[in-house]
Parts: sequence; structure tokens; C-alpha cells
Amino acid sequence: MTATAPVRATPSRGLYRRVAGQLVRNPAAMISLGVLVAVIVFCFLGPFFYHTDQIHVNLAAKDLPPGTGHPLGTDDVGHDILGRLMFGGQTSLEIGVAAGVIATVIGMLWGAVAGYAGGWTDAVMMRVVDAGIAVPALFLLLVAATILTPTIPVLIVIIGVVSWLVPARLVRAEAVSLRTREYVQAMIAMGGGSRRAVFRHIIPNVVGTVVVNATFQVADAIMLVAYLSFLGLGVPLPRTDWGGILAGGLNYALDGYWWMIVPAGVAIVIVVCAFNFIGDGLRDAFEVRLRGR
Amino acid sequence: MAAEQLTVAVAGRRRRAAVPPLALFLIKRLLQSVAVLVLVSIIVFGLLHALPGGPARGILGQQATITQINAFNAAQGFDKPLIVQYLDYLGRLLHGNLGQSYKLNQSVGSLIAQRLPKTLVLGALSTVLALIIAVPLGVWQAVRRGRAADHAITAGAFIAYAMPSFFVALILIIIFSDTWDVLPPLAPQASTLGGILADPRALVMPVLAGTIATVAVFSRYVRSAVLDNLSEDYTRTARAKGVAEQRVISVHVLRNSLTPLITMVGYYVPVMFSGAIVIEAIFNYPGMGLLFWNAAQTSDYPTELGVVLVIGVATVVGSLLADLLQALADPRVRGGIR
Repeated sequence: MTATAPVRATPSRGLYRRVAGQLVRNPAAMISLGVLVAVIVFCFLGPFFYHTDQIHVNLAAKDLPPGTGHPLGTDDVGHDILGRLMFGGQTSLEIGVAAGVIATVIGMLWGAVAGYAGGWTDAVMMRVVDAGIAVPALFLLLVAATILTPTIPVLIVIIGVVSWLVPARLVRAEAVSLRTREYVQAMIAMGGGSRRAVFRHIIPNVVGTVVVNATFQVADAIMLVAYLSFLGLGVPLPRTDWGGILAGGLNYALDGYWWMIVPAGVAIVIVVCAFNFIGDGLRDAFEVRLRGR
Repeated sequence: MAAEQLTVAVAGRRRRAAVPPLALFLIKRLLQSVAVLVLVSIIVFGLLHALPGGPARGILGQQATITQINAFNAAQGFDKPLIVQYLDYLGRLLHGNLGQSYKLNQSVGSLIAQRLPKTLVLGALSTVLALIIAVPLGVWQAVRRGRAADHAITAGAFIAYAMPSFFVALILIIIFSDTWDVLPPLAPQASTLGGILADPRALVMPVLAGTIATVAVFSRYVRSAVLDNLSEDYTRTARAKGVAEQRVISVHVLRNSLTPLITMVGYYVPVMFSGAIVIEAIFNYPGMGLLFWNAAQTSDYPTELGVVLVIGVATVVGSLLADLLQALADPRVRGGIR
């Protein structure tokens, strides 16, 4: 009677195995995972095998349609498009993943604290989120890009800082219900502090929501970078990203130079789709876990 | 006995606190909206002061001398404490004064007043078209869930959602202007709203470019709402009474599935404005998105921030209206929302 089993406040290792087990059975998610790995290998290892000059202008080879020597043709200053896809993909993926992670971490902390604190603190923190949502990220980013020089680290930070609102809302909603659970109340009764409650009990239990949302965040961040570049406020040359490649092809769309637009657009669609399918699969996998509880 | 008393007591307390729920909901929601609007104004005010060198450098340029800057700051009240400046700013906003554009020699308020209706018309056309397509599509998918058609449309929706609107726009231009030459590659260039609407052919592609991703989002939403309602008890009751399946869907399920869509459309306002920047930039449509994009490229901060503020207000008002409409349509919501 006196000896009770230790109460586990954090999800067990078995949880991740079960989620992974569910995910493996989801064909869309598994194909997407494979596609994503292939795209990462293509962008980061591809340039070691397929050498192209993405820095210098070569007007002798400009506007070439797909053919021998240039499988996807060349752009208006003679850059090989296939090589440019790899080069630009590195930027898109780096910024997308890093900004998505930053947004998720900020949102998770903000939501967990607001939901756990409750009362006025919660009300004020959530009105800040509402206000942030009222000012769309793209507008804030364009204002920020006119004030700052949009290098890769700057873009990572500003995209991360403007896109944490949705995860904050999601995590807060869960934290509100978690803080009334018995194990959290018991911990508080035993003299545990708020920091312990948030970091040891709330956050580990919202991991499912956070992981699922993180994949959507990365997809959204990749789109946002593309929008910014397309609007001419992305990374400065000689760097580029998929949105920048599309922007470069904009003026040639009416000349029939489809190869300057389609490959980069398709790359964005493939990667964003893959992240969304993986997120969807993860959500289903975590839901199965919840149903089993 | 004790339990009975408790029930009576609880019921009594409920009765005493019975301010009409809709009124209570209204008051709460209005207060929240005002708080959010104040925060939006603080964000915009903060951005104005985040400019390198402050607003004076932004307006007078890099060549300005210290004397000029000091004179400007004194004239504009920028030498006062921040809180006083903010209150002055808020006072000007409440009088409808959004400041003066640096580049267009016009007040930001009048610039936005000319362009906002055009953006709203474009956004409304896109949204309505998206609803006309997405609602039947979502219902059809829910009815045929798990079949090949459902999977195919789901895949299509994911792809449509992953397409940046500028990519959609470019593809449309390549197909309809370049290959077939049936639609003009530019939006109507008329300066008046009537002139724009008089040229519907030129409106087709800008509207379509904004519609495609929206259809993806809305149809997913309708599909899952209809699926939820199909498994409700009232659906089973209706079927058990012998109501024809078509009527179960079109009368019972559809009505309950579509009320949440009101909120969805309300919350779609900021997305619509974000889409407007890109679509208006590509098709050169003279709306607020193009105004903002040009302002961003020429560092016309007052115009940029004026647009941001107007969008913030539109978003808050949009979601407030959506919540109110939904509370009117669905009594459960009045008690359900915080």
C-alpha cells in the first residue's frame, strides 16, 4: 500500500516507437519521407557530382532550352538551371527548417507559459498572439526586409519570429487542460515550482502537437522564403533560392521560356507537399496513440 | 438529499447569472477586439521607431544634418517621451490620419481609400468562387470517403495548397496568354472600380490565381466537417426515420457543417491580403497589395505601415463579424467561446 509505482510524467520511449510504427504504415507519409531525403541529397550532395558555375554570368550560354549539356536549360544570365535548383534548394531548405524550428520553439514556450499561468497573464499573452495574427507575416517580413539586409541568418530569425503564433495557440489550448491534471496538481502540492511544471510536465506532454505542427511550420517557412524572394526582397545575389529562381524567370514567362519557371516551382510544390504529408501522417500516428490510451 | 440541494443551488446560481448569453458573448468579444486593436497599433508604432535612425532619417534621408533632424523631430513631436508620442499617434489614427506618403505626395489615407475597394473586390470574387467550388467538392468527397476519387482529390488539394500563388499565376499566364492567347496577361488597368469590373476577361486570371489554394483549404475543411456530422446521432435518427439520403445530406448535415465555415472565411481575411500582394504585383492590379509592394521597394514607410494597420483592423473586424454571425447561426457557440 505504501509502495506505489513511480508516476511517469513524461511520455515513455515506447510512445515514439508506437508513433513510428504507425507512421511506417502510412504510404503517403513514407513516400514523402523518401522524397524529402532524395531532395536533400540532391541539393546538398548533388553539386559534388554535377559541377556548374552559379556565380559568374555567362551570356554565351543564356536562355538555352533543355538539351545536351544543360538537362533543364539555362537562365537569362547563363546559369545552368539544374545546378541552380541544387544551389537555390540549399537556401530554401536551410531557411525553412531553421525558421520552422525557431517558430516552433518560441510558440511552444509562449503557449505553455500562457496556458499554465492562466488568468490575466494568459489573457494578455493570447491577445498579443491575436494581434500578431492580425498583421500577416508576409507584410511584417516585407517591412523588415526594407529595414534589414536579408542575409540567410537574418531571414531565418525574422521568419521564425513572425511565424510562432499558430503553435502558441495550439500548445496553449493543451496546456490549459494539462495544468488541471492530477499529476501536475500533485507536483505543485509537493512544492514544485512553475518552471518545473512547464518544462517537465506541460512541454513533454504537448510533444505530439508540437512535432506535427513543426512539419507544417517548415513547409510554411519554405513558402514564405519563396514569396519574399519572388517579391525581390530575398537573399541577395549571388545566393538564390527557389523563389528567387522563379522571380528571375518572371519576365520570360511570356517568351515561352517555361524551363526558367517550372523546375523551381515544381521543386517548391514537391517539398512543401512532402512536409505536409509527413505532418498529416504524424498527426494520425499520434491520434492513434491517444485513442489507445 | 444533499445532491438534490446541490443541483438546486447550482441551478439557482445559473439563473441569477443569466445575462442573455449572446449579449455577454458580444461584450466579451468586443472588449477582446479593442485590446487586440490597441496591440496592433503598438506593433505598427514600434515598427515606425524600429527604422534605422528613427523616422527622421527615414523621411529626410541619409544626407540630413543633425540640425535638420532635430528641427524635424521637434516639429513632429519625436523629441517627446515615447508614451506621449504613442498617444499622439493614436489620437491621429482615431481622426483617420495615417500620415503622408514619402514618395507619392499624397496622404496615406487617401491612397488606401482609392485602392482598398479594388483589393476587396478581387478578394471577394476569389473567396466566393472558392466557396462555390469547395463546398460541393468537400461534400462529395465526404460522401465518397475512402474511394479512389476521394484520395485523388485529397492529393490534388495538397498539391494546390503547396503551390505558391505566383507559381499558379505564372502557369496560368503561360497557358492562357502565351500558348492560347485567350486572356490578357494584365489585370484591368482602369482607375475606377466600375472600369475594372467592365473588363471581366482581364479579371479571370487574377481571380483564379487566388482561388486555387483557397479551394484546397476550404474543401478539406468542408470534407472533415461533413464527415463529423455524418457520424452524429441526429443523422442516424434522420436516416432511421426514412429521410432520403440526399435530403439527409442537403438539409441536415450541410446546414450543421457550413456554420463553422463562416468563422473560417472570417479568419481568412489576413490570408487574402497576403495573397493580394503577390497577385496584384504579377498582374499589375492597382489595389492595396500593389501599393504596399511598391512602397516596400521604395522604402515608403508611412504607406507600408498604413497598409499594415488597415489590414490589422480589417482582420480584427473580419474575425469579430465572423464570430458574431456564427453565434447568431449556432446557439451552442455563445456558451462555448471563452
